[in-house]
Amino acid sequence: MVHRTCPSIRQPFVNKNLSIAGMFLFLGLLTLWVPLPAAARSPQDRFIRVEASSFAYEPGVITVQKGARVTLELHSRDVVHGLFIDGYGLETRAAPGESNRLTFIADRSGIFWIRCSVTCGALHPFMLGKLKVIEPGFALRPLALTVVLASAVLLLPLSTLAQQHKSIKRDK
Amino acid sequence: MHIELTALPGVKAVLRNRWWQFVLTLTTLAVFILAIVSGSVGTPVGSRNFAIVFVWILWWALLILLAVPFLGRAWCSICPIPAPGEWAQRGAILKPPVSNRARPLRRWAARWRNIWLQNAMFLLVALFSIVILTQPAVTSLVLLALLLLAIGVSLVYERRTFCRYLCPVGGFIGLYAQLSPLELRVKDTSICATHAEKLCYTGSAQGYGCPWMVFPAALKVNTNCGLCMECLRTCSLDNIAVNIRPIGDDLQRIGIGRMDEAYKAFIMLGSALVYVFVLLGPWGWLKRLAYSVGTLPWLGYALGFLLVLLVALPGLFALAVWLGNHLAKARGSLRRSFVTYAYSLIPLSLSAWIAFTLAFVFANLSYVWGVISDPLGVGWNLLGTADWGWQPYLTSLTPYLVSLVLMIGLVWSANHVAYLARQQLSPARALRQALPVIGYCLVYTLTLMGVLIL
Repeated sequence: MVHRTCPSIRQPFVNKNLSIAGMFLFLGLLTLWVPLPAAARSPQDRFIRVEASSFAYEPGVITVQKGARVTLELHSRDVVHGLFIDGYGLETRAAPGESNRLTFIADRSGIFWIRCSVTCGALHPFMLGKLKVIEPGFALRPLALTVVLASAVLLLPLSTLAQQHKSIKRDK
Repeated sequence: MHIELTALPGVKAVLRNRWWQFVLTLTTLAVFILAIVSGSVGTPVGSRNFAIVFVWILWWALLILLAVPFLGRAWCSICPIPAPGEWAQRGAILKPPVSNRARPLRRWAARWRNIWLQNAMFLLVALFSIVILTQPAVTSLVLLALLLLAIGVSLVYERRTFCRYLCPVGGFIGLYAQLSPLELRVKDTSICATHAEKLCYTGSAQGYGCPWMVFPAALKVNTNCGLCMECLRTCSLDNIAVNIRPIGDDLQRIGIGRMDEAYKAFIMLGSALVYVFVLLGPWGWLKRLAYSVGTLPWLGYALGFLLVLLVALPGLFALAVWLGNHLAKARGSLRRSFVTYAYSLIPLSLSAWIAFTLAFVFANLSYVWGVISDPLGVGWNLLGTADWGWQPYLTSLTPYLVSLVLMIGLVWSANHVAYLARQQLSPARALRQALPVIGYCLVYTLTLMGVLIL
């Protein structure tokens, strides 16, 4: 293994870039989680039939407007399954041939995992779905995140290169 | 900046003492054996079985979230898998050797003194991992097989050959240990150069020669240091130090790197990606496909898995490196650039594994309470916690942590790509060289985010 030595440009850039990295990390989190303005129109009530079978929900991704009154009707096709919504802390369960409803106001925007809460088989811990509670402009979040991350991974190396360049010139 | 921990009062004495390591190893061995027994005779319900819950939820979480990022190979120093074999090989459990003349054992074949076999072992486990981590009996079988293999190898080959060249876990721990803020190094290599006896490698009455077959003075990176502290015990010149250092320090000392380690980076990057899609995605058909081991559809899954890990990800990366070389008009072989830049993927892949682990561990951690009271799943209630129901922890916080970890991994890797490029090229050319590789890292991160948090 060859040990390339260039001690003058080893460490300093790491510390100097930390503040820039921190700023971008903050911006990145902001694009994902900052609350957006409420919709001008009041959202419509939603009724969604959810079919559970080993080891998935159908539909796997449920999208509703923030503020909507949502009713999920859980049906099971095989064994007893549960439906727990992260963030909302709500749960219901259903045995084959029966159904149960879960009604709530989707007052927290974001993307929440839906998990099976009843041991249903080998892959039970990985029986997952998603609840997307969206606001106007929600679809822009992935785009904004991409822009922030792309800026970060472009500007940070630029900063590194500039600092390494200065460091080399200073050594000369 | 390095802080020498062994210079602090009492620390060196504690680290030189064999008892703490022995007690911890004995504890992990007891848990390991209980996992084997529980997996084979206990309930087949994974979430109620000690083997699944302790190994794939608790141990895995501690390993990936704490031990590997912060302590490097510290787990290897108390790992139960090589312990019985090592004791048998030494003919002793706790005592240091009476003489330096150990029973002569074979050296590992020179052509396999790399981590290709570790890569193969990891792939073998990874291919069946959906079944292994959900079926207690299969987990038990795998743990037992690893234990027996480690014992067998220790009886034939010298020192910790199993850990160094075969262990499927040791390969990636070694890779990620390069990022760890903890290191063991020689204080002054010139002292070692003039020391004829080399007790750290040959052993003495104070301890064994390096079980990892490393001469400490030649130690530049953490990859092969098992943090067993034998050299701290044997060095008669007080020339070994355990240091706290800046994270990721080794990445800047790698040099041109090695193809086996480069491929390990892709294997880890690819397996995290596949597991996120298969286990954490909403696609039931994909889970069933990965679970249907032995069927024709599963063969398709296995082929796809291997193609992603061994062909698609390295192939796209080679394309990005080639494009970078082309844009920067850089000289030198594509192979060399490929290997060099592959090391910059280590932070990215570790962040992917941490994100994957965060996404499922906290939601399932509460299963630990049940199996502590009823490790075999036969109706015991030893601590009164057997009936505690499933309770997801911190799941409101998990998406934030996952996002943060993935972004840190991306930024770290991108920064390191730029650093590597600047080592060889002028700033303008370095940027052109780095951009395609940085783009590769960005696309990988956004893909993971797409499944995990978008």
